[in-house]
Amino acid sequence: MLNILKLSKTFSKGTVNEKVAIRDVTITFNDQDFVTVIGGNGAGKSTLLNLISGKLETDSGSISLDGVEISRLPEHKRAPMLGRVFQDPMMGTAADMMIEENMALAYRRGKSRGLRWGIGKKEREFYREHLEKLGLGLEDRLTTKVGLLSGGQRQALTLLMATMEQPKLLLLDEHTAALDPKTALKVLELSDQMIREQALTAIMVTHNMKDAITYGNRLIMMHEGRIILDVSGEEKKQLTVENLLKKFSEVSGDTFDSDKALLA
Amino acid sequence: MGAIQFSALLTALPGNISQGLIWGIMALGVFITFKLLNFADLSVDGTMATGGAVVVVLILSGWNPLAALLVAFIAGILAGLVTGILHTLLGIPDILSGILTQLALYSINLRILGGKANQGISVDKYDLLISSRTVSHAIVIGLVFTVALIIILYWYFGTEQGCAIRATGSNEHMARAQGINTKTMKILALALSNGIVAISGGLLAQYQGFADVSMGRGAIVIGLAAVIIGEVLLNAVFKKPTPFTVRLGFIALGGVIYYIVIGIVLWLRMPSNDMKLFSAIIVAIFLAVPYLKDKSGFKKAPKKVKKAEEVEENA
Repeated sequence: MLNILKLSKTFSKGTVNEKVAIRDVTITFNDQDFVTVIGGNGAGKSTLLNLISGKLETDSGSISLDGVEISRLPEHKRAPMLGRVFQDPMMGTAADMMIEENMALAYRRGKSRGLRWGIGKKEREFYREHLEKLGLGLEDRLTTKVGLLSGGQRQALTLLMATMEQPKLLLLDEHTAALDPKTALKVLELSDQMIREQALTAIMVTHNMKDAITYGNRLIMMHEGRIILDVSGEEKKQLTVENLLKKFSEVSGDTFDSDKALLA
Repeated sequence: MGAIQFSALLTALPGNISQGLIWGIMALGVFITFKLLNFADLSVDGTMATGGAVVVVLILSGWNPLAALLVAFIAGILAGLVTGILHTLLGIPDILSGILTQLALYSINLRILGGKANQGISVDKYDLLISSRTVSHAIVIGLVFTVALIIILYWYFGTEQGCAIRATGSNEHMARAQGINTKTMKILALALSNGIVAISGGLLAQYQGFADVSMGRGAIVIGLAAVIIGEVLLNAVFKKPTPFTVRLGFIALGGVIYYIVIGIVLWLRMPSNDMKLFSAIIVAIFLAVPYLKDKSGFKKAPKKVKKAEEVEENA
């Protein structure tokens, strides 16, 4: 369970560029929640994820995961509890290293890294089995450098690495936004499948309203650093893009400013 | 002025090879920071001289040359730690951290040498590991050190810790997301790199029969030249990915080739005072060519990430 209490974050505080990204957000994510997060540009979606992962430091408030306060921990100390997939497919994997080396790095998340060999003897078979699930033929390319893979392949690999050792929380930050529609769908389906099979708790930021409605059991909408809508269960199933847009203008007194979301 | 004779070039060749092997070891140190960590570490100019100074002073006071090299290695590690701490814990940019350490080491090296700018060590009086007096022996010793070092580096960068260092150099975001303390990894790599460079300095001092406080001036450029020559050659010989050992071997070979080229240039009567200018130009050309050929160079990925962040944050 993830508890966020009175969380705030302001960029460039005290300068002319001051921008409040997260305003006093309080929310609880239950175990096995698959939450989709939607909102216009600058609504604070990615900032929220970056505050949870530790990529950004919080200004005030607390974040606790399964009862452990994590908001003051450095990024690498939170990593063992989290699985992360980023918007940029280049960001989640090490391009200069082989597929198996990348997976071995993920497999050791949260374990001490000593002078044992980087990839154990029995691990390769384990990685091959996992890669087979992706259905991309990567299981036969364990020693290929990741830099030679396509964006979609890298993103699928990152997803696999994020979920291989069941994380307490999976953070997907617009992870299909940089992919072509066909690949995006494939990666999205894969994410959904993994979250369901392993009963993961997941937060998925997206620009795409349709995806936000289709996937997950709960949807939150952000605007100017606040959560302005939180729907789950049956109510979420009834959502359509039209009534979501209507709700948005009702709650925010504004029109939804993301063309990408409108077009979707 | 006499005619340029080919035999003179051949006579100088073994000397160039042995000297190149010593610089090849230095290049392996530079390879760790420049290629694996993606960190241009300028402290090596200082650590090269530190290694030389430590070894000469210790041998003069009766130490075994091998034990003296070990102490030089540790001194290099300490210097690397300083650069690493300046960069990671104190937030000083990478190049500047290296320059600060390099500058500080100049004074420290003078102190090690007892306040003198240089200190001689005669092969007649001391039992040195390697000397330009017996070049064929020097080549063998140079090769032994090179091969041993390549084996050790191959092992280390295959371990969990070595993989974590490589991940840090390849993609820091990814490394942190996988729970790697990237600051620690940077410090470790800088320490190891400078330790190796100090060993190279210790060997060079014995080889030339003296340690000089400025013997490391421009070392980084020679190291880079060797790394670049080695990698260009590697890519020309093998079209497909090569084992790490082969890659390291080519870096060491890069050092040898660099010194053979220097030998040829000297043989062609280029004034030796112009040698550093020549080296700088060569390295500049080799560094610029891949960039001009493909402006998307190796730093493309991080830049793209940054852009995406900016868009998100500024929106």
